Amino acid sequence: MAADSLFFIFLNAAIVNNFVLAMFLGICPFLGVSAKKETAWNMGLAVIFVMLVSSISAYGINAMLVRFDIEYLRLISYIAVIASAVQLVEMTMKKFSPTLFRALGIFLPLITTNCAILGVALFQTSREYSFLQSVVFSLGAGVGFTIALMLMAGLRQQLELARVPSVSQGAAMTMMLAGLLSLAFMGFAGLGAQHG
Amino acid sequence: MPRLPNETEPVTLDTFLRGLWQENPVFVMLLGMCPVLAVTNSAINALAMGLASTFVLVMSNSLVSLMRNFIPKQVRIATYIIIIATFVTMVDYTIQAISLELYNALGAFIQLIVVNCMILGRAEAYASKQPLWPTIINGLGIGAGFTFALLCLGVVREILGAGQLFGIDLFGDSFQPWVVMILPPGGFFVLGAWLLIFAWFRERKQRLSKLQEVTQHGG
Repeated sequence: MAADSLFFIFLNAAIVNNFVLAMFLGICPFLGVSAKKETAWNMGLAVIFVMLVSSISAYGINAMLVRFDIEYLRLISYIAVIASAVQLVEMTMKKFSPTLFRALGIFLPLITTNCAILGVALFQTSREYSFLQSVVFSLGAGVGFTIALMLMAGLRQQLELARVPSVSQGAAMTMMLAGLLSLAFMGFAGLGAQHG
Repeated sequence: MPRLPNETEPVTLDTFLRGLWQENPVFVMLLGMCPVLAVTNSAINALAMGLASTFVLVMSNSLVSLMRNFIPKQVRIATYIIIIATFVTMVDYTIQAISLELYNALGAFIQLIVVNCMILGRAEAYASKQPLWPTIINGLGIGAGFTFALLCLGVVREILGAGQLFGIDLFGDSFQPWVVMILPPGGFFVLGAWLLIFAWFRERKQRLSKLQEVTQHGG
């Protein structure tokens, strides 16, 4: 299994270097919408979708920027594209699938400021992935985000039944849980190490 | 303290101090968590990240404040993001020119300042309604609060995880570093611990003020 094979890229992005628990991308939605499993699931779906769209557009844009030798505009054009991609996805979904649109609700516009999305676009550029690799990478990152979000939501729902000291309720408790999850995910590090 | 949305406020010392303590972006408002966790494995990285974010915050909010009467309401968020991205690109290239080592340590997180919700939040909630001078002071305060929070984490993680502070050895050879502290889980644990301390302070203050009220009414 070579380090740049598609399966390895997927596994690496989803589990070994999980975007939330190992690379600290997308912490805000991770803390914000992980209270319930349904919302976490919907948020995860929305993120996977937007990640795919923005990854594909970022690939095209980067090719164009390199072609005209204006790479210093990369950050500005990426963020502009992501913001408009989110808007576009929102409008398309509203037209063609109102059910899904209602399910995702407020989460769609919030995705613009999710650093995991911009992170995917920046990493695929700096690692010089091909088109197919970029798509697989963004898919893996989205799946990894959803896994982390669902695990967290499950834990937090269980925690509602436990008696927690009032001082540590809320953000502090969530951080400790995230730390434990992150510790558990470090166990996967061996999967990636042999490939550097 | 609630303010009317379009009221311009006088510049006082409080404009600055509020960002440092009462409205601390990290410990109180829980904004901009990604860089807080990711780049605080050493104190020097934390300091550099804090200063870079403060620069972007102050400069972009000043520009937003100066242009606040010209930006159409419908496209304001997009405009803010473009303004922020411009300054982030400047910071990105400057750090790359000054210290390549630091640039590699911070990685993609310099560019990810763009999506730091703290900066966009300030632009939307404060800079778009206030004149230039209060915006600069408030931006400096929030930036200082952010840098303070980053240092809180960076110092603890570096001392425990590497036995050093700003690269200087603190303990003898016998010190066994807690490697987990500079790895990802350590970031979550240390931030959780700091949040716990802050929550404890707040709860104690509330309890004390309630106690005071009771005794006053009783007397």
